[in-house]
Amino acid sequence: MTTTHHADQTGAEPVDVLDPHLTRFDIVKEGLRRDDIEIVTYESQFHGQNSKAEKRVVRNISLLFVIAGIAGLAFLVFYIVWPWEWELGHTLSDYYTPILGITLGISLLSLGFGILAWAKKLLPHELSIQQRHGEPSSDEDRLITGQTMMFVADELGVQRRPLLKGAIGLGLAPLGLAAAAPLVGGLIENPHKGEHPMMYTTGFHPSNNGGKPVRLIRDDGTPIRPDDVSAGGQMTVYPGIPHGTTNQHADSPTLLIHLRADDAAETRKNAEEDKNGRNVGSMWGNYVAYSKICTHAGCPASLYEQQTNRLLCPCHQSQFLITDNAQPVFGPATRRLPMLPLTVDEEGFFVAASDFKDTVGPDFWERP
Amino acid sequence: MKSRKNDLADAPVKFAKGVDDRFQAATPLRALLNKVFPDHWSFLLGEIALFSFIVLLLSGVFLTLFFDPSMKEVAYDGEYLGLRGTMMSAAYESSLHLSFEVRGGLFMRQMHHWAALLFMASIIVHMARVFFTGAFRKPREINWVIGVLLFLLGFFAGFTGYSLPDDGLSGTGLRIASAIMLALPVVGTWISAAVFGGEFPGELIIGRFYIAHVLLIPGILLALISVHLGIVFKQKHTQWPGPMRTNTNVVGERMFPRYAMKQGGFFMAVFGVIALMAGMFQINPIWLFGPYRASEVSSASQPDFYVMFMDGLVRLMPNWQIYIPIGNGYSLPPMFWPAVVGLGALFTLPMAYPWLEARKLKDNRTHNLLERPRDNPERVGIGMMALTFFIVATISGSNDVIADKFHISLNAMTWAGRIGLLILPPLAYYISVRICLGLQQHDRQVLAHGVETGIIKRLPNGAFVEVHQPLGPVDDHGHPIPLEYAGWVVPKKMNRLGALAPAVKGFFFPVEKPADVPVSPAPIGSEKREEIKSGR
Ligand code: HEM
Ligand code: FES
Repeated sequence: MTTTHHADQTGAEPVDVLDPHLTRFDIVKEGLRRDDIEIVTYESQFHGQNSKAEKRVVRNISLLFVIAGIAGLAFLVFYIVWPWEWELGHTLSDYYTPILGITLGISLLSLGFGILAWAKKLLPHELSIQQRHGEPSSDEDRLITGQTMMFVADELGVQRRPLLKGAIGLGLAPLGLAAAAPLVGGLIENPHKGEHPMMYTTGFHPSNNGGKPVRLIRDDGTPIRPDDVSAGGQMTVYPGIPHGTTNQHADSPTLLIHLRADDAAETRKNAEEDKNGRNVGSMWGNYVAYSKICTHAGCPASLYEQQTNRLLCPCHQSQFLITDNAQPVFGPATRRLPMLPLTVDEEGFFVAASDFKDTVGPDFWERP
Repeated sequence: MKSRKNDLADAPVKFAKGVDDRFQAATPLRALLNKVFPDHWSFLLGEIALFSFIVLLLSGVFLTLFFDPSMKEVAYDGEYLGLRGTMMSAAYESSLHLSFEVRGGLFMRQMHHWAALLFMASIIVHMARVFFTGAFRKPREINWVIGVLLFLLGFFAGFTGYSLPDDGLSGTGLRIASAIMLALPVVGTWISAAVFGGEFPGELIIGRFYIAHVLLIPGILLALISVHLGIVFKQKHTQWPGPMRTNTNVVGERMFPRYAMKQGGFFMAVFGVIALMAGMFQINPIWLFGPYRASEVSSASQPDFYVMFMDGLVRLMPNWQIYIPIGNGYSLPPMFWPAVVGLGALFTLPMAYPWLEARKLKDNRTHNLLERPRDNPERVGIGMMALTFFIVATISGSNDVIADKFHISLNAMTWAGRIGLLILPPLAYYISVRICLGLQQHDRQVLAHGVETGIIKRLPNGAFVEVHQPLGPVDDHGHPIPLEYAGWVVPKKMNRLGALAPAVKGFFFPVEKPADVPVSPAPIGSEKREEIKSGR
């Protein structure tokens, strides 16, 4: 590229940059001309050099930089000496994080504002115009590039050699699949495998307990007698199997409720009148147990409202009516909370007579 | 002695020559130093996102030095007495360790989280700026699409990060994510089983999210951000219409030194604000939520704000379930609509918008000048409609908190949200279109009649009229000759015409002072400009 003949639309005349009489700014302007930039205004923000106003601005900016330095130093000192280890109660260490934030924040903000002020207040104001040159390539160039690409295709000659085409399609395609297979294949897990597929089985299934009914236990692993829950009260229970209270059995947490006599009667009546009849006989006395896992998205539906006998899920506010088969009565949930069939074993502890009869947890496509 | 001194002074020159011999750097470097950038405060919004991303990278790397992405059960015996003896995952334990036993660890965690919120907030505002000013039009459609992808990736970056500490809130979020996967027709259970490595929650998900969060997503984000900025650089920034500005030039200041300095200063300021927030405002105090347990959730469990619209849509969705009575029967849960269809539409419709609008307006031209929102009422209407939808959904995402704070019935809040979601967006459309048209009309009025001066004149016949200051030349009767609208601010107050000093003159006064704003772009070269002689 011969630079002196560089196309420019600024109207400025080219100058000889080797001319010793040129100032540095003249040379800068010549560079701008070559980049198609016209500098329209360029003026100092101050009248005369070293004016009072300029000195004041310089002082302020320097002050900002000094503040940045002092705050940075303070950050360092506090970082090292301030007591930072957590202690019980209201102690000095509570202020450790705020002090770090305030000192570092002040330091960075002062530095930032200092630089901004320097750029905005000290540097000359300028207004430059640059041409965009956003024109597309010429038609000729487009044609040439297009033809070149076609020529590449010609050279490969796939069009002319159908056998090669077929061989690529049929012969090499499996290689692509082969490359994808180990990446994807290892991830695939069959959700329906086994005798007791995970989607339909919880920790209360007797198969987890050598075929015997599973006990209901508390958080601490102790079994529960009917007397342990007073009328109107409720308790979160888990399957009495190894790891039954952990997230390994995330579908199993269940709410055991001791209903008042009249509510219990209504609940039993509703279970019997229900047309699918699945909940018949699942209550034990005035006790009823529902899965705690919301049928909407799986949060624990754990807020029990005694007056209305509703169970509220805090995630999206689905509400289930305890006395009517845990029917959803408000919110986005569509399905009842499954009921756990209850009974009491020979030692007087609650056990699950069987697993839940309905699928626990959020809905999915192939749920029967 | 003398020659040695000379040698030293020559060293940089020699070095520069050496570099240019090898890399031919001088010409491109000159072009870079000279590149002109237009200036407007709204162009800084994208920068905030970029700077927060840098803070995220820095603070995130620190966190990885301590975080343990394992779901192995351990008993806590750290400093925090409230949880001593509790069984928890190693991930949660290491997050507690970061918060209590690493010097400055809590500060870094909070810095990371605040930077994430700022990142998402600035992306949203930046997108709104680009949308309402028409900056997405040809030739910048691809960059708009990349922007939408950045939002999407930021969403997943935030969600995976939020899940890592494995506290009560992150587990609840994961549970809902699994339910969303289950809601996919046909493949739902398979997808969920593949992601979680079996039944929810399994023991793999934190490790998988970890690699996605610290490597895959940031890597893609970094690549996309680079392409995004590269395209901005190549296509040059858009500018507002105004004096001397045309579709084929850029009016502003050169990149070095002033523009670059302002960027540097601004980065420090954004970093400083994040540091202040990280120190002073607690965020995600995971020790209060406890480890995730499938049986426990606190009420008022909120996701981060940029996920809240999803939560709101899920809450508002009525319980409509589609049963397909074939074979054993299949079902499409209500979750499918807001979470799968809704999220899908949310990301694909905006991506297609530039082409939809161009097609509707039959506009295939290149646009380097921005459009004032009022000049395209329909676009503003659509944008406001989308924004209103987003806001109603977001508010509904915390409707239980609002109901609790203001003692409103929760069910009433849900119904208000359902109705609001249907009624308010069209209303927003209508109102904003009317406002745009009104503003347009007022611009034309001022151009035709001049600026209201506030001076009331009484005519001989007793009538009162207001004196107008014409903006341009007048005809023989002293009536202003109507001016053409130039797509730019029409001065409407006397102090904008230089009759009064600008009201506030502060730190950030505009680059172009109000008095300089003519009504229409002056043709280049029409006024005599002073020859510039020296650099100072
Ligand atoms: C756009 C990018 C990113 C976003 C939006 C984001 C967001 C988040 C969020 C919201 C959290 C939860 C924070 C908390 O504990 O309160 C988090 C945690 C975390 N992030 Fe990021 N992040 C991003 C990039 C990164 C990068 C690049 C790294 C590392 C290279 C990283 C490493 C981590 C780690 C290790 C944690 C867990 C720390 C803990 O909570 O104890 N992040 N992230
Ligand atoms: S998870 Fe219970 S309402 Fe959504």
